[in-house]
Amino acid sequence: MEIRKTGLIHIGHSNNEIEKQIAHRNKKNKWFKGVIIAATIISTLPLLFILFYIFRQGISAINWQFLTDLPKPVGEAGGGVSNALVGSILILLVSCLIAIPVGVVIGIYLSEETKSRLAYYCRLAVDVLQGIPSIVIGIIIYEWIVRPMGGFSAFSGSVALALMMLPSIIKSTEETLKLLPESLKEASLALGVPYYKTMLKVIVPTGLSGILTGVILSISRVIGETAPLLFTAFGSPFMTTDIFKPMSSLPLIIFNYATSPYEDWHELAWGASMLLILMILILNIISKIVQRKWKVQF
Amino acid sequence: MIPQHFNNNQMIPAITFKNNGINFKEKAFKKTLTLSAIVAVIILIAIFFTLLINSFPSLKALGTGFFYDKTWDPVADEYGALPFLVGTLLTSFLALIISTPFSIAVSIFLGEYYKKGIVAETFKNVIDLLAGIPSVIYGFWGLFVLVPIVRIIEMKLNVPPYGVGIFTSSIILAIMILPFSVSLSRQVISMVPDHLKEAAYSLGATRFEVITKIIIPYTKSGLFAGLLLALGRALGETMAVTMLIGNTHLIPTGIFSPGNTMASVIANEFSEATGKLYTSALIEMGLFLFVVATVINIIGKQIIKRFTL
Amino acid sequence: MESAILKVRNFNAFFGDNQVLKNINLDIDKNNVWAIMGPSGCGKTTFIRCINRMHELTPNARAEGSMQLNGEEVYEMNPVLLRRKVGMVFQRPNPFPTMSIYDNVIAGYILNGIKLNKQQKDEIVETSLRRAALWMEVRSTLHKKGTFLSGGQQQRLCIARALSMNPEILLLDEATSALDPVSTAKIEELIHELKAQYTILMVTHNMQQAARVSDKTAFFYLGELIEADNTKTIFTNPKHEKTQDYIRGHF
Repeated sequence: MEIRKTGLIHIGHSNNEIEKQIAHRNKKNKWFKGVIIAATIISTLPLLFILFYIFRQGISAINWQFLTDLPKPVGEAGGGVSNALVGSILILLVSCLIAIPVGVVIGIYLSEETKSRLAYYCRLAVDVLQGIPSIVIGIIIYEWIVRPMGGFSAFSGSVALALMMLPSIIKSTEETLKLLPESLKEASLALGVPYYKTMLKVIVPTGLSGILTGVILSISRVIGETAPLLFTAFGSPFMTTDIFKPMSSLPLIIFNYATSPYEDWHELAWGASMLLILMILILNIISKIVQRKWKVQF
Repeated sequence: MIPQHFNNNQMIPAITFKNNGINFKEKAFKKTLTLSAIVAVIILIAIFFTLLINSFPSLKALGTGFFYDKTWDPVADEYGALPFLVGTLLTSFLALIISTPFSIAVSIFLGEYYKKGIVAETFKNVIDLLAGIPSVIYGFWGLFVLVPIVRIIEMKLNVPPYGVGIFTSSIILAIMILPFSVSLSRQVISMVPDHLKEAAYSLGATRFEVITKIIIPYTKSGLFAGLLLALGRALGETMAVTMLIGNTHLIPTGIFSPGNTMASVIANEFSEATGKLYTSALIEMGLFLFVVATVINIIGKQIIKRFTL
Repeated sequence: MESAILKVRNFNAFFGDNQVLKNINLDIDKNNVWAIMGPSGCGKTTFIRCINRMHELTPNARAEGSMQLNGEEVYEMNPVLLRRKVGMVFQRPNPFPTMSIYDNVIAGYILNGIKLNKQQKDEIVETSLRRAALWMEVRSTLHKKGTFLSGGQQQRLCIARALSMNPEILLLDEATSALDPVSTAKIEELIHELKAQYTILMVTHNMQQAARVSDKTAFFYLGELIEADNTKTIFTNPKHEKTQDYIRGHF
């Protein structure tokens, strides 16, 4: 907002000085806005650079072979990431099976109980869980599952990812259900529908779009996680669907191939990176569609 | 249970409902809910104790020396974590310093200048996308794009052109933590009550003055909380840093030297660690990261809570 | 001779230590429309929410005393089963947003897992909607979602939903407060027709409505039942000073 000249009489300053002062402030104002805009644009440049670079490098690597072949030994051209792709999807599937029911139930609890002590500690636990570095989660699951099991496994990787998905599923479930009007619950209870059925058949279905959005977003966040898989799923050069064996995954091979000295592997890593980013983008778009189309009106 | 045939004049006949064990199902449901909440708390306590108990061997053997011993030599069974502590702190704080001006600028951009409309939506989406890129891809890109650039800079400054090192990791960290501080700061800035701003405008202030003299002071604690949360993220960030930091066991001598962070040491060495003390030392670093991240997280969230009340 | 479908004796209700209903004694007779009225905070809504035990859903809420519905002690019944016998319509229309109009009417059956065949469902839906004076307006759009109706139509849908359960008593908690005058008039007409088959208790803060629609009126003040009598008597010849003051608008 600029200052306009008015007939101000300022004691001790001449009209000329006042005009100069106002002009100076207006100039600062314009400059500031320019600086802010410039800084914002600079902040967004990395995204463009990264996406552009990945697409440029990755697009040449992606073909049918890439998606269906197993990685070849060093030196041989070609090869694919099929085992990593399958691995990523499988590990995610199992972690969803674990995290979604647990997360939604805890979310229901928190949306209903606001004052009890247990609710306070539970919320605290969820907040803390959300902030734990992913590598520490890897250590934990290693001690809890990998060691007792005697070896790495996709299952342990799934549990690690499930732990990371829990806080966001819990929070989005809680927030969605809290937004629903109390009258909805009362209408159902007044019809003689028991509490548990009211929650499961009325409240949760009404909040489904919000809950689903939260689930999809949490998937998009863990699909690219590497650290928790380093010593749980560990990775494997083979194609396997046995979740009790080590399994490959897209982020893991990106890490391994990118840090290797072999050009062929770098190419595969670029292709895998592009694949991963595409999957994340698609998940985000799906979540926005779900949010809009399934929104329930009151 | 079946209603009789009725027409418009008759009353809708009474339908007898069976009890069907409602009480049992009600109780079971409520107990399941409570149990799930207890499970959440138990998981957290178990995480803490797992870290603590597995750190005992190294806590006992090394004591506080762990944190100011600068020699990390697994072969000689010597574990001093000082280099990694320094690396962690250096990269995180440097990343915070680099990213803060930008994150505040973007927060002002989105919270004050462009709150709604296409421009706002576009930039909001861009920031969200930045947050969605996996760490490992940041590292990958950093390896092939940032590192050569930093090498050139290092050569110009007559510093050994590693390319990787504290500086490079700090830059990538700064980019990665930007969305986190922006999301919170933008919110608090946009929630400054209009009447405060209008009072200032009506006294003849420029927008710049309103922002710097009214909005920023008002949102001080919220902005601080945003930075705190970003710091928490930076401390625990693993993959991108591992790929760009140079991975040495020596204390970094300058911002262009290679180094290591606690998280990246764990990532690199945990699966091959042999021997109780080695593993325990790594886990002790994990415990340290857990405690620091948790403390920062809780303080940040407390500030937010106080702010939104 | 009218019989009492609901007998209330020495009834008290509390929120924590705060007593909101004090020693209520009342007989509600069958096939009458009762207006429950009084100034804000007098306990009228609490009173009807005690009849179907919705009151106790609030944390720290409790009730003491006796309420007998057709001879059965309300506070000894299973609350869930009780609520299937008592219908309630709320101030804000609240059809279930994920269900169609058709499903909303028989929601009580669907949600309770009671299996009905198509013919039974159709009959109940049509009868309930006719009783709620909504059938003609929605007969061709039964499978659309309930939230697309106007406020007045939504409220009649909620009435139909309550009626489909064949309740012994119908409780209306300020059911027309949120509606426009035309919808309010339609629903008042409806109430008049319904009393042939149901007993209706309506909480209202609108005295003119009470005078228009009800046969009997109960006047509450600060948690006490001050007077309960034929509506005509209450409005033309009230026995208590407080009732007089209220009628004359001195509150």
